[in-house]
Amino acid sequence: MTKVFEKTKMLTDVPFHYCPGCTHGIAHRLVAECIEELGMCDKAVGIAPVGCAVFAYKYFNCDMYEASHGRAPSVATGAKRVHPENLVFTYQGDGDLASMGTAEIVHAAARGENISVIFINNAIYGMTGGQMAPTSIMGQVTTTSPYGRKKELNGMPVKMSEMLAVLDGSYYIERCSLHDVANIRKAKAAIKKAFRYQMEGKGFSMVELLSTCPTNWGMTPVKACEWLKENMIPYYPLGVKKEGSTL
Amino acid sequence: MAKKLMKGNEAIAEAAIKAGCRYFFGYPITPQNEIPEYMSRRMPQIGGTFVQAESEVSAINMVYGAAGAGARAMTSSSSPGISLKQEGISYIACSELPAVIVNMMRTGPGLGGILPSQGDYFQAVKGGGHGDYHLIVLAPSSIQEAADLIMDGFDLADIYRNPVMILGDGMIGQMMEPVEFKEPGKRPLPAKDWAATGWDGKSRKRAVINSLYIAAEEMEEVMARLKARYDEIEKKEKRVEEYMMDDAEVCITAYGTVARIAKSTAQKLRSEGIKAGVIRPITLWPFPSETYEKYCGQVDFFFDVEMSLGQMLEDVKLAVNGRKPVEFMGVVGGSVPTPNQIREKIMEVIRREK
Ligand SMILES: Cc1ncc(C[n+]2csc(CCOP(=O)(O)OP(=O)(O)O)c2C)c(N)n1
Ligand code: SF4
Repeated sequence: MTKVFEKTKMLTDVPFHYCPGCTHGIAHRLVAECIEELGMCDKAVGIAPVGCAVFAYKYFNCDMYEASHGRAPSVATGAKRVHPENLVFTYQGDGDLASMGTAEIVHAAARGENISVIFINNAIYGMTGGQMAPTSIMGQVTTTSPYGRKKELNGMPVKMSEMLAVLDGSYYIERCSLHDVANIRKAKAAIKKAFRYQMEGKGFSMVELLSTCPTNWGMTPVKACEWLKENMIPYYPLGVKKEGSTL
Repeated sequence: MAKKLMKGNEAIAEAAIKAGCRYFFGYPITPQNEIPEYMSRRMPQIGGTFVQAESEVSAINMVYGAAGAGARAMTSSSSPGISLKQEGISYIACSELPAVIVNMMRTGPGLGGILPSQGDYFQAVKGGGHGDYHLIVLAPSSIQEAADLIMDGFDLADIYRNPVMILGDGMIGQMMEPVEFKEPGKRPLPAKDWAATGWDGKSRKRAVINSLYIAAEEMEEVMARLKARYDEIEKKEKRVEEYMMDDAEVCITAYGTVARIAKSTAQKLRSEGIKAGVIRPITLWPFPSETYEKYCGQVDFFFDVEMSLGQMLEDVKLAVNGRKPVEFMGVVGGSVPTPNQIREKIMEVIRREK
């Protein structure tokens, strides 16, 4: 019998704690597969965030750090400066990266820090129970925007990829989505490209992955994928935001 | 090696380099700017790394990353910046990472001023960040000692896998004195087989640099390990200087540069026939309580001098434990007590007690 699918060895056998239908699982698999396919298993070092992916250090089968809330890019900077030959990546949610850690992500990009960032944008704080994120879209109901996100009260959602793309220090920024198979394939290609650029010493790369949080969105996994497509993609257009150096 | 006249902050930076520190992450703040400036000059010459971070928060997390990768890493700041580093320091302590943090204390609270102070004793010695942890806190009173303690500090950090803080009152950073750099320490250091360096899947366990323990039993186990380590440090690493204490009847106690002024005061008092001596803690944690206990039977009273409203005072009182009076003199705002001022206060106590 021919084997058509095998779990990548870059994931441990520890069962994911993620909710059923949550796209964190898909994102993990893509990252792990890319590391293995690039032959970087013994060079990969990951930084887990504070958020639902806080236990990522249990799942990725490589040396790992768990960082404090938002500071993963700084931890990655320290790790990468000591071992420049390693493939250093952070894995961060939108509360972690776009709220608590805005200074750290902006300046890691501005320095052209040679790391790769996997940015999970699910438009909500998953782990703490569904509060508004800086990326929550207009009108979105969360536990801290019970009447829906309003411009006057909450301001506008933050488009991190576009924001980082204008920095001369960033090299490669792409936004992808995990709501269907075709987009998942594109996401994998983007992650692989980001890692490859890092190995070539090109500098800062980030792949934003539009993701679902069926639990806190209060939807079935299928409905959540539809909601993402209909509501998030129009505000967060997919595609490459930056590739190559500005200067 | 010949003695060299150096500013304290620069001597500290050079000592760190001599101790093998090749990764420095900082952010400007007076009165410690000469440390990052010196590092930015020297690190590129010796294949090291200097990063000016966007904040103290980021700098301490870069230290976390570099220390977790197995390197000797350091950051420095002054009081307001050290407040910002506290979250990271707590994570470093719980993740059992060696690192050296320098605090050149300035006056506070708030933005305070840039003049010297000893107002961060509580923050350094009693926690600072959240949770149940200790830093090893070393308090130099001369530039030579600052250089020596930096070198020892890196060893202590490695041996105990615990962050070390060098607590200097701004003067230490700013004054100039001759300094001679020792050979790096000879203490055997444990292998860093826990570091995240990239894993081949076999030669060691997978490295996880972490401070998250959700299950009570796991957290309890970590805390038990930390407690055992703290006990060992308390047993082995207390350092203190006793100055003219043999026959002392008045014990002045102070740390850092204030202790030098205390010594001059003791000399002055002795020239007037009052038998004074000085106890100078060098490790503020672990605190050398036994030294105070030892003299409780001999001295008439203890006299604590600090550039604060009275912080080490609490530890002195705990050590003396009511056996003898503990008097206090605090000078705050950035001025430094003179031997005469201290002498006056001590004479007041003597007159009062008669
Ligand atoms: C300093 C600090 N503040 C707040 C928290 C609480 N906290 C834990 S996870 C989280 C939000 C995470 O949301 P996000 O980054 O969007 O990730 P998700 O859970 O959605 O994957 C917060 C605020 C914390 N752990 N530390
Ligand atoms: S709370 Fe949301 S983001 Fe977190 S695991 Fe569940 S579905 Fe995923």
